[in-house]
Amino acid sequence: MTETLRPQVAACPACVAAPSAEAIAASAAPKEARLALSVPAVHCAACISTVEKALAAVPGVHSARVNLTLKRALVEADPEVDATPLITALEGVGYEAHELDAGALSATETDKAGRELLMRLAVAGFASMNVMLLSVSVWSGAEDATRDLFHWISAAIALPTIVFSGQPFFRNAFAALRARRLNMDVPIVLAIVLAVATSLWETSLSGEHAYFDAALTLVFFLLAGRYLDHRTRAVARSAAEELAALEVPRAILLRDGQEHQVAVSEVQVGDLVLVRPGGRMPVDGEIAQGTSEIDRSLLTGETLPVFATAGQTVSTGEVNLTGPLTLRATAVGKDTSLHQMAELVAIAESGRSRYTSLADSAAKLYAPGVHILSALSFLGWLIYSGDMRTSLNIAAAVLIITCPCALGLAVPAVTTAASGRLFRKGMLIKDSTALERLAQVDTVVFDKTGTLTAGTPELTNLSDHDATALQVALGLAEGSAHPLSQSLSAAARAAGVEPAALTDLREVPGYGAEARWGNKQVRLGRGAWVGAPSGTISNAMTVAWLAIEGQAPVPFTFTDRLRAGAAEAVRDLQAAGKEVLLMSGDTSGAVEALADRLGIQHWMAEALPADKAARIDHMTQQGKKVLMVGDGLNDTAALSAAHVSISPASALDAARVASDIVLLGGDLTPIADALDTAQSATKRIRENFQIATLYNVIAVPIAVIGLATPLVAALAMSTSSITVSLNALRLR
Amino acid sequence: MEILAYLIPISLFLGGVGLAAFVYTVRSNQYDDPDGNSQRILSTEYDDKPKS
Repeated sequence: MTETLRPQVAACPACVAAPSAEAIAASAAPKEARLALSVPAVHCAACISTVEKALAAVPGVHSARVNLTLKRALVEADPEVDATPLITALEGVGYEAHELDAGALSATETDKAGRELLMRLAVAGFASMNVMLLSVSVWSGAEDATRDLFHWISAAIALPTIVFSGQPFFRNAFAALRARRLNMDVPIVLAIVLAVATSLWETSLSGEHAYFDAALTLVFFLLAGRYLDHRTRAVARSAAEELAALEVPRAILLRDGQEHQVAVSEVQVGDLVLVRPGGRMPVDGEIAQGTSEIDRSLLTGETLPVFATAGQTVSTGEVNLTGPLTLRATAVGKDTSLHQMAELVAIAESGRSRYTSLADSAAKLYAPGVHILSALSFLGWLIYSGDMRTSLNIAAAVLIITCPCALGLAVPAVTTAASGRLFRKGMLIKDSTALERLAQVDTVVFDKTGTLTAGTPELTNLSDHDATALQVALGLAEGSAHPLSQSLSAAARAAGVEPAALTDLREVPGYGAEARWGNKQVRLGRGAWVGAPSGTISNAMTVAWLAIEGQAPVPFTFTDRLRAGAAEAVRDLQAAGKEVLLMSGDTSGAVEALADRLGIQHWMAEALPADKAARIDHMTQQGKKVLMVGDGLNDTAALSAAHVSISPASALDAARVASDIVLLGGDLTPIADALDTAQSATKRIRENFQIATLYNVIAVPIAVIGLATPLVAALAMSTSSITVSLNALRLR
Repeated sequence: MEILAYLIPISLFLGGVGLAAFVYTVRSNQYDDPDGNSQRILSTEYDDKPKS
């Protein structure tokens, strides 16, 4: 599965002119494989060198470099090297690693838009420093020819810089005007253009005031805000893409009796597809051959594996547990039930856009206000003094002074700080308004299977069995890859049980495992298969029966293991006064047992996907702000219907897409912290708007009465921007 | 004031050098892993030659 990443040079046409070290290396050894591995546990200087050394020791590897920010290792190696030995090498030194699909990652390999913004920011920064240098001389008393010379040099620096650096604003403003709307960029562009135009006019008349420095600093501060905003979103996007890249989408196609590994997109209706035990169904289909059990928990929330045999239909995303299955594909790609569900989500998503972010509501007030104010002061001065030049100067000063430097930084500075803090705790904010919405939450709804529980069974009645039964059961369990068997053998091994010596051990897919123990036949598996009495154990329990020939079958009962931090998360949320609910597609017995265990009072069992969504809609209509935490396909509608939603990284792709926040670790504890962080972030954003408004209340009258000089504008602009950024940093 | 004839070109040139250096660092991917860089400085393994 060696994927060859394209060398980075191709992504950036400008880089061709100045080839980087990598480009030279790539051209020297053109047939080199580049592999990307996700190493989530790497976090310190020692980890970096351990991982790099371990990778470099693998034969065929040329170089390995860890990117700590992305928690990724990039390996350059001989073309025949694939990811498996690398992953084994890392596991040998104690780091879990996963191969990343190069195709899904290539989009984030070079963040072109980010670099472009950074370059414009840098140009604006250097230009404004130089112009500021000249402006300070003017303010400190340069006169006549010297002043004119300084102004002309400033103009020569400022004009090309604004043409280059201001492009993002020009583009956005133009797009908004074409759609007959006003956005934040329209007043910005107007201010920049008017400032440059009046300054040029002033300079040509040997005037005293030129605003070149103000126009440049304005562009610089605003670009800084844009870049912060972009960076937050780029980090979230690349991590989200990494989750998608973890699922390398492949299927095993059976053609003329031969197995071919192909991309899922190449499978066609009618093809025969082999799904090995442990594999996920790549397409919707009908079982043509084989018997097994399938785990449908991600789709329906059921914990119990379902028996599957020829003729039965299966859906994409279900997991095959015990025996190999051959499917005849009935629906592929966009027609699969999984994809259709994802499209329903997309429709539900569009309904959510009704939420207006704080920044948008501020811009709605701000943009027309500024235009009216500036036009009024222009008209007022034109009537009062009759002088076009003075009036235009004052109109430009008003626009520059009110220009939303602080407003432009107010939101991105805070969201960057807050997202960074949550990312360090293992939460990924996907949506830019998710923090604001999270701050309003008063009700939290949890899904059961895969969210509060880890989806892995745990043996509950080990002590009920005698030593012989345990030894036989362990012997049988070790011969099977079924989750129940694995859990049983782990529990028995931990209790110090030695497996009985069994012969003729074989797994009967879909039923269980059987063997001979001395001269007796022994079986571990489904009740009906081993001849267990029906109805003795409640349906809520997951059971595997052990039958030793000549003895009555004995049950091994399992419960679903709690996810790490589930109890703490529920307790913290309840302590913070949030209402906590449990909704699951599982049977009421299982749901009630879990609700009791966690102290959740309200629960809902056997809920269909539509029921969950309807219940959340109902709560929303009652004025509640619901946070939905879920992982399955049956939760996606509910995730989209909720005010804000969280899904764990183990969730199905569709569920992650539908949610605003993804929990990267297995732990649920950060959820309560996230609510706190979101509330303080929203508070900071409001404070920032207040600071920006306060500054405008003081500065605007000065500009309107014509007392604003370029020096006042520069001072006011910088102080307000710096105050706002410092206030945001308090969140870290 | 003749000094200006030297000082202004010098200041512009120095600004240009700074900008060029920055452009170089962006192009050679030096901002791709800020967290890693802050940790690598603590590493006790000294490399005698630059990584090829």
